[in-house]
Amino acid sequence: MSDIAAPNTASPLLSVENLKVHFAIRSGVFQRQVGEVKAVDGVSFSIDAGETLGLVGESGCGKSTTGLALMGLVKTTGGRIGMRGSEDVTQMRSVPRSYRRRMQIIFQDPFSSLNPRQKVRDIIRAPLDIHGLGTAAERRAEVAKLMSLVGLRPDQADNFPHQFSGGQRQRIGIARALALKPDIIVCDEPVSALDVSVQAQILNLLADLQKQLGLSYLFISHDLGVVEHVSHRVAVMYLGKIVETGSKKAIFSKPLHPYSELLLHSAPAHDPRKRHSFSAVSDDIPSATRKPSGCAFHTRCPLATDICRQIEPVLEQKADGQSVACHNR
Amino acid sequence: MQNVEQNVQPALAVSDLNVEILGENGAFPVVSDMNLLVRPGETVCIVGESGCGKSMTALSLLRLLPDSARVASGSIRIQGEDFLAMGQRQVEDLRGDKIAMIFQEPLTALNPVLTIGEQIAESVRQHRRLGRREAFARAVRCLELVQMPDPERRARQYPHELSGGMRQRAMIALALACEPKIIIADEPTTALDVTVQAQILGLISDLQKRLGTAQILITHDLGVVAEIADRVIVMYAGRRVEECSVYELFDNPLHPYTIGLMGAVPHAASLRGEAEAAPERLTDIPGTVPPLWDLPKGCAFAPRCPGASARCLTERPPFIEKTPGHFAACWEHDNV
Repeated sequence: MSDIAAPNTASPLLSVENLKVHFAIRSGVFQRQVGEVKAVDGVSFSIDAGETLGLVGESGCGKSTTGLALMGLVKTTGGRIGMRGSEDVTQMRSVPRSYRRRMQIIFQDPFSSLNPRQKVRDIIRAPLDIHGLGTAAERRAEVAKLMSLVGLRPDQADNFPHQFSGGQRQRIGIARALALKPDIIVCDEPVSALDVSVQAQILNLLADLQKQLGLSYLFISHDLGVVEHVSHRVAVMYLGKIVETGSKKAIFSKPLHPYSELLLHSAPAHDPRKRHSFSAVSDDIPSATRKPSGCAFHTRCPLATDICRQIEPVLEQKADGQSVACHNR
Repeated sequence: MQNVEQNVQPALAVSDLNVEILGENGAFPVVSDMNLLVRPGETVCIVGESGCGKSMTALSLLRLLPDSARVASGSIRIQGEDFLAMGQRQVEDLRGDKIAMIFQEPLTALNPVLTIGEQIAESVRQHRRLGRREAFARAVRCLELVQMPDPERRARQYPHELSGGMRQRAMIALALACEPKIIIADEPTTALDVTVQAQILGLISDLQKRLGTAQILITHDLGVVAEIADRVIVMYAGRRVEECSVYELFDNPLHPYTIGLMGAVPHAASLRGEAEAAPERLTDIPGTVPPLWDLPKGCAFAPRCPGASARCLTERPPFIEKTPGHFAACWEHDNV
């Protein structure tokens, strides 16, 4: 499961190397480029079969853009995305269907990610239609199978999305993602819009499906509790870069990067006897458009020294497969 | 209601409040039999999921209910004065002065065409006889109070020029401008990143210690409750199902809904230093919240409750004191 167990000699299912997604900032009458936002700036990671990699960070850190880039939904600026048995897709003008079939996505908002004018049956069947899989009768049977797999009643197939609750809609989104029997599902904040009691249902469903179908997940979330619960390995992102990665246990019990520490210390304790004395002081939080020099975290870092302001640290391997990008650790 | 001095006049007293929404097929209740007492210096958290009536409760406390909703019965007393009997003019005098609100989304709650300083000054001038310049100076002092970096400059900026955390600080400054006795905060940190949430929670508890305001904090997040509450009210489908001190709630939750919520939250603390295994299952609560216009006859939670008996399906349990200071509405625990 985690990278400590079973040293895998074969190549991982998905390997991403030095992925970059830069957006141009244009302005003026001629829409001349005046700058760029390095939303994802040299991100590398890998995911094994049956594994969940949690990608955690705060808004604007580039975690969702990373997911969209993997799906071929935003144009990459550089890097390599390799799926075992498929070609690198970053250099292609359009992502081939054979690749798309192997990677699917579940979106955050179950309200805007489903077409309100389509019946649930048609929503779930759409991927099968597009890829031309099976006969009409087979597709119909497949929709029923998928619906029961995600805990929906197949007799509701002719209903429209608005007739379902938020949790049920997220199940519809999951059924649609499963239709092509993908190897990897990008889960982009799949439970953030849901109430806690329903959130638990969806997290349990995702765990069951992983066990049953041997799926791999790239689980993108800002919620440390959720990431800790679902992940085997965790990568922490800050302003377009992965600053630390390692097994779930390593990241949550001995985080090395000062940003990972800050994240963990900011999470509420769920125990009134262990209240934090949170500092009310605001720190200067930079954004991807005005990224600090050197280590991007140095403006908020208690350990920052001169070198941090000048030279950007690279991700270095420490013990137990934990890697950290910090001059002081 | 333990550990609070009984001889202090409550800042806010709500009794038997019922709020209903006027729908196409008649009125249906969104808040039923709400009772609430908040004393100076106390923080009461109202917890629940969407549609449980917590935000409607908050809005009714400021008489800010939407046109489609109305208070059907009950009373709201602010420092002893009957708030519901007041005329519009009196309400406006009180609102922002003695009772103020912090909203979830500062970007929509703040006026985009006024600078932060102007907005705070406007609120101050509404309630205090101050000149423009004095009011603006007071706005800057309020921004200092909420530890806004560079308050002089920020006071001259517009909401869109500030980050989410700074906007929320500005909104807290706006709420505090007239030193209200009661603050109602509706999900004040939900829209914020976790590191900023920590700062704002720190700020809210600092300020309360200094100013001694009575606070009502509406949230869906039990983590926030654990950090900040003195007393907690858990709501489900428009009703209180449990009420007790924050310690009692986390040590000894009684209502199956509360217990379910606690099991349903994955929280980061659970793994610090503990064994790593494949993710175990969360205890989810099956089903969904019933629609308020079609509530079950007995206990509203019964259809989702693992321990529901025949009685739960037909008779609604009363909200009573089960152990000293610990109230719950459940047929179980009757002999506790």
